[in-house]
Amino acid sequence: MLKIANKTFQSRLFTGTGKFSNSDLMAKAIIASGSQLATMALKRVDIDDRQDNILKPLIESSIQLLPNTSGAKNAQDAIYAAHLAREALATNWLKLEIHPDPKYLMPDPIETLAAAEQLVKDGFVVLPYCHADPVLCKRLEEVGCAAVMPLGAPIGSNKGIASLDFLEIIINQAKVPVIVDAGIGAPSHAARAMEIGADAVLVNTAIATASNPVAMATAFKFAVESGRIAFESGLASQVSHAVASSPLTSFLEL
Amino acid sequence: MSFVDRFRQFDWDDIALSIRSKTAADVEKALSKSRRDLEDFKALISPAAEPYLEQMAQASYALTRQRFGHTMSLYIPLYLSNLCANACSYCGFSMENRIKRRTLDKQEIEAEINAIKLMKFDSVLLVTGEHETKVGMKYFRQMLPVIKPSFNYLAMEVQPLEQDEYAELKSLGLDAVMVYQETYHPSTYAMHHLRGNKTNFEFRLETPDRLARAGIDKIGIGALIGLEDWRTDCFFVAAHLDYLERTYWQTRYSISFPRLRPCAGGLQPKSIMSDKQLVQLICAYRLFNSQVELSLSTRESELFRDNVLPLGITSMSAASKTQPGGYAMQDVELEQFEISDDRSAASVESMIRNKGFDPVWRDWHSAFSGVV
Repeated sequence: MLKIANKTFQSRLFTGTGKFSNSDLMAKAIIASGSQLATMALKRVDIDDRQDNILKPLIESSIQLLPNTSGAKNAQDAIYAAHLAREALATNWLKLEIHPDPKYLMPDPIETLAAAEQLVKDGFVVLPYCHADPVLCKRLEEVGCAAVMPLGAPIGSNKGIASLDFLEIIINQAKVPVIVDAGIGAPSHAARAMEIGADAVLVNTAIATASNPVAMATAFKFAVESGRIAFESGLASQVSHAVASSPLTSFLEL
Repeated sequence: MSFVDRFRQFDWDDIALSIRSKTAADVEKALSKSRRDLEDFKALISPAAEPYLEQMAQASYALTRQRFGHTMSLYIPLYLSNLCANACSYCGFSMENRIKRRTLDKQEIEAEINAIKLMKFDSVLLVTGEHETKVGMKYFRQMLPVIKPSFNYLAMEVQPLEQDEYAELKSLGLDAVMVYQETYHPSTYAMHHLRGNKTNFEFRLETPDRLARAGIDKIGIGALIGLEDWRTDCFFVAAHLDYLERTYWQTRYSISFPRLRPCAGGLQPKSIMSDKQLVQLICAYRLFNSQVELSLSTRESELFRDNVLPLGITSMSAASKTQPGGYAMQDVELEQFEISDDRSAASVESMIRNKGFDPVWRDWHSAFSGVV
């Protein structure tokens, strides 16, 4: 079972709340996905209103809320927003997102590290969205982040696990859970991330913008489960050529 | 360095000719690419692209959903004053028009805010004419702190200001500024802007540079369609966007495409753009730039707005009144231009839902606004 900070999760599929055509469909898709954690942009919801059409169905379904700081362009804005979210939503969990670049929404590594360090000191469970940069992920871990959330590909791009080689290094050396966030466009991408040992994936666009978001959420649920089982069962390694019938070391047996 | 330096390298007639010379093969090449440049944009707005309109619309729809999902942001203009010291041929506020002038005071603004908040809006666009002494920085300094607490997102469409003035307004909660060049053709610009500060073409052209340097979150650009050949003017809008994105990578951009409408002055457009051509333009902007925000106002008709909504648009105004005091007061006179879609905010909201989109009233938190 996946454990982040003091919480355990049966589902390794985390979801987002943006881009759905209505909140009813959003709630149905999240429930179909089996997800126990959903992120929502602080700028998009009315955090002071429990009747808010995004917050209400999540609270009713006992889904762990993960407010995010999307919109923050620097550490100072993100820290201020995080405190507002904690006060209003009564959770110290936070997805730290700082993207000063509004076109590609690339995370700022310098501001993210600075904000993460401060927010951990302030008592937050910090899950930072970051580039698939192995050194940055170690630095985020060292300042006390509860997990790291490196990207698979540019956010919203549906391009899959474009950062595969770097994710493998990150997963290999991580001491905190690794959640692959952004770019996952198909269930097969999610399965791939799980097969290489990611602890969880976060999927939004691919579910929200599918023709049938509820069915797509179900497809992701199965993909994440099967990818995890494959990882735990020990995937057979790939070989590019056949094993030689006359072994090179057979002379040692003579 | 500013866009003026880049602008001087372009020749209007060469561009107009180059757009007209695009062929079906150029259009097909542009459509087949995943990243498009200004030459592709020319092809997509050219007459040669007209037979490809359905294909363009399908691609524009898909790109917009991928980036913005099934959502539509809503905003409302709040006209603060119709005082104006400019004489512009197409505008109802032109100093030469004999109309009643009004500038809202604090109490009148509060009444407008109350009326707007009842309609659910959280994003407001402040609009004024240009009158430095009566509706200048002193007025903005007094009124922004009255308005900002009621709206997370605050945009302005007022006369071009200096960089330090924008920085000061940002510290009072200003998030976005719309500054349309009207036309990128200097002599046509001179013909329509006869008196007042607005006659300064280059100062206006450099305004987005000053805004970005002042750290304003979002800048809106556009041409007033009808003053000049729309294709060439809109090419300049795309080139302006391209320059701004490369130079100021931390700023968000939006494009508007107002078509000239009848006003108290009664100017006839030089270049008429059909509905079909406006759809072509919207799709071309989207295919050129999958992230830029595209905004559609109530200048357009109900029928047109309802149908064009899914094709690339990301934000819409609703229930707009274009005269100061229009929401709270009844003596409706002296609008800047005629509204074509006069439905209530609630009825636009339900239309958006019926189309399968989520109406977004709120997409910002004032914590990100840089209020000091």
